[in-house]
Amino acid sequence: MNSVPWLTILLVIPALAAVVVAAFPRRLATQAKQLTLAVTLAVLVLAVLATFAYHPNRAGFQFSQHYDWISTFGISYAVGVDGISLVLILLTALLVPVVVLSSWDEFDGDPQDEGPAGGALPEDGGLPAGGGLPESGGGTAVLVATPPVRVEAVAQAVPVPRRSVPVFCALLLVLEAGLVGVFAATDVFLFYVFFEAILIPMYFLIGSFGPAQQQAQRSYAAVKFLIYSLLGGLLMLAAVIGLYVVSAEHLAHGTFDFASLRQLDITPGVQKLLFAGFFIAFAIKAPLFPFHTWLPDAGAQAPVGGAVLLVGLLDKVGTFGLIRYCIPLFPDASDYFAPVVLALAVIGIFYGALLAIGQRDMKRLVSYTSLAHFGFIALGLFAFTSQAGTGAVLYMVNHGLSTGLLFLVVGFLIARRGTADIGAYGGLAKVTPVLAGVMLIAGLSSLALPGTNSFVSEFLVLVGTFTYNKALAIVATTGIVLAAIYVLYLYQRTMTGPITHEANRNLPDLSWREKAVVAPMIALIIGLGVYPKPLLDIIRPSVTATYTDVGRSDPAPPHPVTSQPGGRS
Amino acid sequence: MTHTPVHYAAASGAFSVSWLLILLPLAGAAVLLLGGRRTDRFGHLIGTLAAAASFVVGVVLFAAMLGRSGDDRAVSQHLFSWIPVNGFQVDVGLLVDQLSIVFVLLITGVGTLIHIYSIGYMAHDPARRKFFAYMNLFLASMLLLVLGNNFLSLYAGWELVGLSSYLLIKFWEDRPAAATAANKAFYMNRVGDVGLAIAIMLMFATVGSTSYADVFGAAAANVIGYGTISAIALLLLLGACGKSGQFPLQAWLPDAMEGPTPISALIHAATMVTAGVYLIVRSAPIFNETQAARTVVVVIGAITILLGCVIGCAYDDIKKVLAYSTVSQIGYMFLAVGLGPAGYAIGIMHLLAHGFFKAGLFLGAGSVIHAMDDDQDLRHYGGLWRYMPVTWATFGLGFLAIIGFPGLSGFFTKDRIIETAFDKGGTSGYLLGAVALLGAGITAFYMSRLFLMTFHGRPRWSSEGEDARHPHESPPTMTGPMIVLAVGSTFAGGLFVLGHSMQDWLEPVAGEGVEGVHTFSPIVLTALTLVVVAGGFAAAWLRYQARPVEATARPDTEVTLVTVAARHDLFANTVNETIAMRPGQFLTRFLVWLDLVGVDGLVRGSAAGIGGLSGRMRRLQTGFVRSYALSMLGGAVLMVGALLLVWGG
Repeated sequence: MNSVPWLTILLVIPALAAVVVAAFPRRLATQAKQLTLAVTLAVLVLAVLATFAYHPNRAGFQFSQHYDWISTFGISYAVGVDGISLVLILLTALLVPVVVLSSWDEFDGDPQDEGPAGGALPEDGGLPAGGGLPESGGGTAVLVATPPVRVEAVAQAVPVPRRSVPVFCALLLVLEAGLVGVFAATDVFLFYVFFEAILIPMYFLIGSFGPAQQQAQRSYAAVKFLIYSLLGGLLMLAAVIGLYVVSAEHLAHGTFDFASLRQLDITPGVQKLLFAGFFIAFAIKAPLFPFHTWLPDAGAQAPVGGAVLLVGLLDKVGTFGLIRYCIPLFPDASDYFAPVVLALAVIGIFYGALLAIGQRDMKRLVSYTSLAHFGFIALGLFAFTSQAGTGAVLYMVNHGLSTGLLFLVVGFLIARRGTADIGAYGGLAKVTPVLAGVMLIAGLSSLALPGTNSFVSEFLVLVGTFTYNKALAIVATTGIVLAAIYVLYLYQRTMTGPITHEANRNLPDLSWREKAVVAPMIALIIGLGVYPKPLLDIIRPSVTATYTDVGRSDPAPPHPVTSQPGGRS
Repeated sequence: MTHTPVHYAAASGAFSVSWLLILLPLAGAAVLLLGGRRTDRFGHLIGTLAAAASFVVGVVLFAAMLGRSGDDRAVSQHLFSWIPVNGFQVDVGLLVDQLSIVFVLLITGVGTLIHIYSIGYMAHDPARRKFFAYMNLFLASMLLLVLGNNFLSLYAGWELVGLSSYLLIKFWEDRPAAATAANKAFYMNRVGDVGLAIAIMLMFATVGSTSYADVFGAAAANVIGYGTISAIALLLLLGACGKSGQFPLQAWLPDAMEGPTPISALIHAATMVTAGVYLIVRSAPIFNETQAARTVVVVIGAITILLGCVIGCAYDDIKKVLAYSTVSQIGYMFLAVGLGPAGYAIGIMHLLAHGFFKAGLFLGAGSVIHAMDDDQDLRHYGGLWRYMPVTWATFGLGFLAIIGFPGLSGFFTKDRIIETAFDKGGTSGYLLGAVALLGAGITAFYMSRLFLMTFHGRPRWSSEGEDARHPHESPPTMTGPMIVLAVGSTFAGGLFVLGHSMQDWLEPVAGEGVEGVHTFSPIVLTALTLVVVAGGFAAAWLRYQARPVEATARPDTEVTLVTVAARHDLFANTVNETIAMRPGQFLTRFLVWLDLVGVDGLVRGSAAGIGGLSGRMRRLQTGFVRSYALSMLGGAVLMVGALLLVWGG
């Protein structure tokens, strides 16, 4: 099955579907949703099939494809996956249909309220027609052609801006294609193109599909998100070019091919510069402290589905970049900067957790918890042990599940009460017991309770870090107390106690659609907590190879035991 | 440096299904939680059945173990590979041995009784099904804790026990106090969990494994440095203190009384708080190597004995008094196991005896509370023996057992702790012995106070008027378990010491309890203890039986400073608030502010500067895509330029 161009298929299907869905008129909103769901589910099935076709213990990239694109500059369409990118593509393929289904009714109100006159809606509903949307690999021309967004004008005319369901679906599909591309690219320039391309659909998702009544904050958040990402992107672009220049010096011809760049022996001084370019871009994207302040705004202003994708997937591009590009391409610089990264990581763990405890807005709260989680991921990546690294990559997947679910639950609450303010809730466990239970499970995963997926990754990060640097691991471990506080304090304020607002007294519990959305997430959270081996077996060889290539090996214990690994006695 | 690992036999016969012990209650919980309201009608029966089935499996395994020779009794079973990453290989596996099997019998046996009791106690609660689901989860978690064959499986059970207790303490979660108490329990437990987690990391970093066989093998082979092994032991102790409510992490335990009373019985007798003692005895090979850590264990035990006793005298809430009596009784167990091989088995004996009488006492208290319309104030009781004779009799036996009345459980087990403490020898031996002896006296005092104020004296309630009470005996589902536990409270202790049976049984795990030189002859010491206990009882009699008891407590201004301090839990909460909560709240608020105006403000300022845009969002918005496009273009030009340079050169 290795001859099947899995990655191109996974990339092209949602991209094509995006074009088709964007062309749907608004009155076919339901059909647009159905098509989108069908396509994203198909992508999920294909991604799972690809995973079965993948050979975890084979070295190097698999499903590789290579076509010259701009051969003058050694730019190619080159894709391939290792275990690290494969699991992130799997996560992408899982979360997008979940988001489609969870957002099913979110923008329905608008056209239906108009009744038969629905077709007569003003067509400038905030977004340009889908034809102008960037497609994967479309390059800069398309981006330049995108006209300015006109949400503002609409907002002034109509208090509640009308949002087009087909456009929303198209944006999700573009995002999915872009994410597959960013994880699958093995050409650094191609990676950069996708890295920038995924900003655009997310920008529109935040700017045009966020909470209807918060126009100004929404625009602010969207712009802030873009400015930050742009700054990082420019730095990375400079570093990408620098990398090309260096490759041209070392090889006969400059190249962007990852495998070739990896063989270069770059001088430490140059490495530091290039590392900085990549690292800042990734640290903004992930984000790490202190590059994080766009995240709470973007998380709070994005529609819930958008927030799930933003924090669950887009941010993973940053942590993915750290282990895919920063460490293998610039090993000396990674060594040199490791103390800085580790310090930022540990600060992030505490800073994010403390700020999460202090939040009154549920979406901001969840965003800040992510800052703490990204701290754990960065810690694991730069501890340079196979346990910590494997844990960190698994953490990326697990965080997508746990935080994704937490965002979804918050979304369910907002859909019922129309506000993310924690103070508007209280005592809901009696009214909506299933919703409360789901929130608790999501929270328990977020605080890394054993039996949930996150425990495995968090403990691996900590134990792997411990063998590298005891003090760091000990400090980071105390962060688990804060995690318990931000999760249970949120649950306490929303779900326990007496019902303080009359409006909460008759809220409906989860619908069947909502249950269908959360059920697979919960199954994975518990399933991967009890039996994470299938994922670990995919991730571990690639992580181990990455560290081995840069000359890192796990420290041996001073008093090893003689029995079988794990002491199965 | 290498060494032979500890030997465990492979699982065969009945032992190959020992995972059923955990799976049965776990499945019960899953069915009840997933089944939802459909299972409301019979949920309590499923829950009870699951617990009882697990107990039956436990009995079968116990019988099978008896049938094996001494060397073959510890059976380790590999279930599946859990977290395999190169050198870090953690399995899910079970260890059924002499130590875990007695815990299994205690957990499932007493647990099942509490399930049966709850059928009656929770009969009118609309969420009874959920209650049984959580109790099943509690049993499953605790069984995983005691049955895991490596430290990470134990840790999983450890934290899941924390979760279960959280769920049950906040069971009546529309009460803010219950929700707060549950959070407090979870937070403080997590502080302890940090210790356990770091201990496990340190084990892995030192010996490259977390399995009991490997870690204990390395510890016994004496290859781990004294500093390292002491650090491991002290970190384990931190975990033990959190779970067992020992000083300085005891403050959550009394608050946990917000949960329904059967839960108090479950937490205090069959599960949870005994976990710390289990951890220390299980880790005996580690503690054996470090005198320093053992000393800390006994000191914590001694402090906690007194702390629990003193506060126990001051409360008028029947459940709080019992809660502090648990704190102090667990202190006895810590004291015992801190004494090393001489005390491990004795600590476990007291734990088991305590399991019976404390469960009985809590269930009896629940019966009283039930009869008194949920009033928990001792000062509103009085003379209840006439109205609830079964509760009186069973509670009375539990009471006699805990104060160490001759012939009952506590008499045998607590006496042995006092004796072992004195036998430690030297000044420290005298000191510890004196603390244990004093504790026995105070225990007799406050438990007699509780017993007399509840069941004897003149009734301080009325069967008429607005606040009329009609105390009545509880239904058989409740009295049945109480009777069984009373029987256990009466005879268990004697059974354990009979011909050293328990010590011999536990010897392979806990080591041989060397009979040291007696500081006092056992008979003298027993007599001395009895005198002290009788003194405590007499004091309570004079104060609470011979004289009428006031229906309201005297205000803080009229009692001694010690009483005031005791009424405020010796200011444990104040200390926690001062050193952790308030600074934490301040820090949180400060950071929220800082993030908004500091970090973010800086960025906003520079962003506005870079873009050459005013702070007005509208202009940012419309100007933005253009500038993005421009910069992309600029980037492209830059890049082409650079490529041309390289290409041309």
